[in-house]
Amino acid sequence: MTTTILWLALVTLTIGGYFGGRARAIASVSGNEKLLHSRPNYYGWNVIVFTLIPALLVYFVFSVINLSLPEGSNILGIGAIIALLAGIVGFIFAIKQTNRKYRARNTVETAIRYLLIAAASIAIFTTIGIFLSLISESIRFFSIYSPIEFFFGTEWAPNFSGDSKLGFLPLLWGTISISIVALLVAVPIGLFAAIYLSEYAGPKLRSFAKPLIELLAGIPTIVYGLFALTTFGPLLYTFFGDGGFLGVNWMQGARSVATAGIVMGIMLIPFVSSLSDDIINAVPQSLRDGSYGLGATQSETVKKVILPAALPGIVGAILLAASRAIGETMIVVMGAGALAQISLNPFEAATTITARIVAQLTGDGNFESPETLVAFALGLTLFLLTLSLNVYALYIVRKYREQYD
Amino acid sequence: MTHSSLFASDKRTASRNRAEKRFRAYGIIAISVGLAMLAVLIFTIIRSGSSAFQQSFVSFEVMISQEEVDNAEKALLKTGVYQKIITANFEKAVTNAGIVTELSPKDQGKILSKRVASQLREFVLSDNFKADEPIAFQFLANSSIDGYLKGRVSREGLENNKNVSVEQLNFSDKLVEAGLLKKSFNIEFITGSDASENSPEAAGFGSAILGSFAMMIVVVALSLPIGVAASIYLEEFAPKNRLTDIIEVNISNLAAVPSIVYGILGLALFLNYLGPISANDWIRNNSPFVGGLVLALMTLPRIVIPTRAALKAVPPSIRDAALGIGASKMQTVFHHVLPLAMPGILTGTIIGLAQALGESAPLLLIGLVGFIGGEIPANVDQFFGGPNTVMPAQIYQWASRADPAFYERAWGGIIILLVFLISMNAIAIVLRRRFERRW
Repeated sequence: MTTTILWLALVTLTIGGYFGGRARAIASVSGNEKLLHSRPNYYGWNVIVFTLIPALLVYFVFSVINLSLPEGSNILGIGAIIALLAGIVGFIFAIKQTNRKYRARNTVETAIRYLLIAAASIAIFTTIGIFLSLISESIRFFSIYSPIEFFFGTEWAPNFSGDSKLGFLPLLWGTISISIVALLVAVPIGLFAAIYLSEYAGPKLRSFAKPLIELLAGIPTIVYGLFALTTFGPLLYTFFGDGGFLGVNWMQGARSVATAGIVMGIMLIPFVSSLSDDIINAVPQSLRDGSYGLGATQSETVKKVILPAALPGIVGAILLAASRAIGETMIVVMGAGALAQISLNPFEAATTITARIVAQLTGDGNFESPETLVAFALGLTLFLLTLSLNVYALYIVRKYREQYD
Repeated sequence: MTHSSLFASDKRTASRNRAEKRFRAYGIIAISVGLAMLAVLIFTIIRSGSSAFQQSFVSFEVMISQEEVDNAEKALLKTGVYQKIITANFEKAVTNAGIVTELSPKDQGKILSKRVASQLREFVLSDNFKADEPIAFQFLANSSIDGYLKGRVSREGLENNKNVSVEQLNFSDKLVEAGLLKKSFNIEFITGSDASENSPEAAGFGSAILGSFAMMIVVVALSLPIGVAASIYLEEFAPKNRLTDIIEVNISNLAAVPSIVYGILGLALFLNYLGPISANDWIRNNSPFVGGLVLALMTLPRIVIPTRAALKAVPPSIRDAALGIGASKMQTVFHHVLPLAMPGILTGTIIGLAQALGESAPLLLIGLVGFIGGEIPANVDQFFGGPNTVMPAQIYQWASRADPAFYERAWGGIIILLVFLISMNAIAIVLRRRFERRW
């Protein structure tokens, strides 16, 4: 309650400071604003800066100290009082130095500049946060469970009562096989769609088909997951399952590598097509004209000239799509089943890194057991895997772009 | 040397032309497949989800005396007594409608939802209730009967279905004929909250909508100002040095980090580390506030990238003019560049926010999913900090329940989610069309 009052006092001080500083500045030139160094508002803002920053800084220091104190003791109340005092000191200082020569705009703008820098560095802090949280928990995991058994184990059998086998390879296999199926769907469709849209289609078809295909990327993954679970999986089962139309018995249930992979492939079509479209459009017209001039047909030009020229960019696009496929969660959680195994049959169930992270971290796991901590090791591997794919893809794309600029 | 003619193409030309046609056909097929997939998805969503907005209700009049109410309120199992009152009134209504059935009154009552007793009790305890007067009431039918009316439950698979019998289906056919049982629009699906596993007919999406709303407020409040500030710094002020490079590479990589990794970050940082030591009650499992924090971090790079593009699109002549008449760099940016870039910034932001609204994987990790039979939040603390769920997580929750009646709910939820997403994207498109300037 007292803290609330102190905060209210600080707010009042700040608002009062704005008008006080402004009024004092105007008074110092007896109303003739042209004589001021900065516009009057800046003198007001100047007081706000000098009041708020010391107060917030003091309070922040106290809260950090408070976090490291043993439970039960609380110094935030005292902190708030001292913060208010610091604010008052800053307020008086700022009001006192306000006169016609004082460069208020410069101080205020420096403060804003630091605020902008702070905002920009949040990106760095996020990365550091991701790294630290993943690494610290992974280290805890590897101190309980041998890293060799984790990275080279071929059996995944978590058991919350202990004695689990937490081999990473079946999950990696599941991830890779589902991604391969997804890319087998997305790359040909996406690439041919991009070629047709950029080389053949008239403006009418282009303006109609391109946004519609890109719509596929805007649909939330939960929709694809539900589609795989309730519609596409059962449909595949009626073809490849027990007593299906094709008379083969390849599928044990509706959830499988193919179910998740094909649905994920649909999701990735616009990813491949719009990136490839940009890259194909970036190939200079002179290359096409040269090829046509030699008598090549349009398709020969595409195959022999444009695609080779655009190849690095297209490879980059495919790698980005692969990174998306590896990190995709909802579709595999709902469509791929939960069987951790290394099998070549795409109609069998499989599980992936992402699906296991969800499984190990939802529910009432305790954060001391290897069964829960393994999720952080999986997360770290996933993070590094996708990060290296992205960096490599961007490197390729960038290297390519320099050629025609 | 073969003879060439203008009227007949030689073999080689013919084969080249065929290859050309094939190649064209591949392209057309690829585009058609893409469009067909979109059509199939939309068709599936509408076909499977639209029925969630309709529900089967049994309507009949109920008359309760004050004495019955008093007795019921005294009883140990209050809803049990109300259940009996409903059964008795239902039987009366059935007899009045001239329906002959071999079912006992108790079995007749079983076609109603398990929630009707508490529904009636709520009404009785409210001010609208008057004793000894007939009240027209709409009771939820149970999910099997509802499924029968919607065509989900058929007479064929009945041997394996423990929830419903042939007699009950015959009985409900007669009720439909008599006009007592019919489907009507179910507002509860949009406004209500989730129900327990055994009464899918009563489950609603309302609390998930509110949860998403609370979460998005947090996301906007954090990611928009921080994202715009970061973009302004990087685009307008940052010196070309190592640190700036690191920040830039960082942001483009953060945009590609799988969303589930943000979930792990949220779990480790906000729940396991900050949660126990923080004085803030909002930082806890299942709270939309923490979901908002996580998604704000995720959305940040997705806002920075389009914002920088929008700032870059403002021509340097504007900056030069402002600087030339004595504005400071900061005044130039905030008074001239930023307002001109605003439509582009807002468009990018809305699209980034739409992605956050549809995101589910990181939210599963911070527990926005374990919410059964909850209530609509009552105050601000509950709204942001109380246990709740969000739309995609609620859909996932329904999809993972055993009863297929929940699938219909999940698809219905998707329709609502897509309505939100489509309106957000429509706003973005309108903003772009209306205000975007080409220089």
